[in-house]
Amino acid sequence: MKKTIITVLGKDKVGIIAKVCVYLSQNNINILDIAQTIVDGYFNMMMVVDISEASKDQSRINEELGDLGDEIGVQIRAQSEEIFNMMHRL
Amino acid sequence: MIGINEVIETNEMIHKLNLDVRTITMGISLLDCVGADVKETCDKIYEKITSSAKNLVKVGNEISDKYGIPIVNKRISVTPIALVGGSVCKTEEDFIEIAKKLDEAATVCGVNFIGGYSALVSKGMTKADELLIRSIPKALACTGRVCSSVNTGSTKTGINMDAVKLIGEIICETAELTKDNDSLGCAKFVVFCNAPDDNPFMAGAFHGVTEADRIINVGVSGPGVVKAAIEHARGENFEVLCETIKKTAFKITRVGQLVAKEASERLGVPFGIIDLSLAPTPAVGDSVGEILEEIGLEYAGAPGTTAALAMLNDQVKKGGVMASSYVGGLSGAFIPVSEDQRMIDAVSAGALTLEKLEAMTCVCSVGLDMIAIPGDTKATTISGIIADEMALGMVNQKTTAVRIIPVIGKTVGDKAEFGGLLGYAPIMPVNQYSCEKFINRGGRIPAPIHSFKN
Repeated sequence: MKKTIITVLGKDKVGIIAKVCVYLSQNNINILDIAQTIVDGYFNMMMVVDISEASKDQSRINEELGDLGDEIGVQIRAQSEEIFNMMHRL
Repeated sequence: MIGINEVIETNEMIHKLNLDVRTITMGISLLDCVGADVKETCDKIYEKITSSAKNLVKVGNEISDKYGIPIVNKRISVTPIALVGGSVCKTEEDFIEIAKKLDEAATVCGVNFIGGYSALVSKGMTKADELLIRSIPKALACTGRVCSSVNTGSTKTGINMDAVKLIGEIICETAELTKDNDSLGCAKFVVFCNAPDDNPFMAGAFHGVTEADRIINVGVSGPGVVKAAIEHARGENFEVLCETIKKTAFKITRVGQLVAKEASERLGVPFGIIDLSLAPTPAVGDSVGEILEEIGLEYAGAPGTTAALAMLNDQVKKGGVMASSYVGGLSGAFIPVSEDQRMIDAVSAGALTLEKLEAMTCVCSVGLDMIAIPGDTKATTISGIIADEMALGMVNQKTTAVRIIPVIGKTVGDKAEFGGLLGYAPIMPVNQYSCEKFINRGGRIPAPIHSFKN
């Protein structure tokens, strides 16, 4: 399993999660968990996904999620989970 | 499972507070590249560097993509060239040939700097060492990516004052040869006391002779993250402040450790060390001066600055050491003037002087860094400034360094523009009294009494 964290940051609106989920399913990326919160009026969503069976490599996924974010008007990023584990767990 | 708030915190550090990995530096030994003549040596050097580091930039970018963390620089350090070229280089021009080859290899690998056009002369100079040192001005003027350093002293050996005198002249000559670019050549040259063998930061990186054939060293940064963290400790006592800095340094360093391990695995090159440094850039919010202000000083340079910096440096180390399996290099807060907006502001306001900077270098890494002085400063005065800094390193058993730029054609009140990461700097006044007779004595200053530990 290659756990990756996808984050979405921006103004809340209808269909953000739907559009991201469509992209993930089209690229064979499995969603393991979703959490969301509002910080300083901004919509923050975090998805834990598994990209081990994904049909594209990570840099391509990053690029396409970035483009999708531009389209919706939010920032979307995908990062390997390890960076968060290293920083926040002993 | 990681929580959303932890994810938000990390991404804020990266995107709002300029957290980055400052450099992945591949150290490459060139000791096996000595050929029968200069040409063969150059060819072997080129071959070894380009084959060892051909994937360095690519791997750096892939890791950056995977974790969403910028890796700003990819660089190469090599064995001090005075050692490599010693048997084949009979003239300054021979050494300059090697410098050009290093530049070419760096360009092909896509790295922005290659360090190691260096000589280690803390006790004495061989003929080759002296030739290399004398070739530095031309080598730096005719190359773009080559960085040079000379180690002129150590706690164990004392200070080589002949070399210090020579370096003063070399700095003036380098300034003259690159005067069209505000004497930029001097920004690529550092003189050290107690130079570490595994420093990943430029301009002083070289691959020491105690190192393995190839090694990956990583320099982390993040002054903006520390500044933002201690904003939450405003008005609190030192215990709270120190705890906050330590925790932040731990997190920053963990990212460096992650990147270093992965780069080492992907490149098939052993992991050397993490250099825990707070390395500022001219960007707003990426400044060590700003941290000092947040600690409670009106400007860097105000009374209390040395104490604040000593505390900051120590907490960064305490937090960082636990986050990494191997720590080395320079590891501490950098205080370059031209590369730190708030340090520039402090100099412009008259709050920060050369003498105060000298005091600050007693308690942090590394030394007088990226300081622009009037172009008509005498070589012996520059040697005097270097000798003072070397003495601080020698007696305090720490690394100290000088990267000073006499900007030809400019004087106090003017500004020198270096561009990019090197930034710009107001010309600082230098003490006008002479040290010529002191510098002209020649010889070396003996090692201090506390170095005799055997």
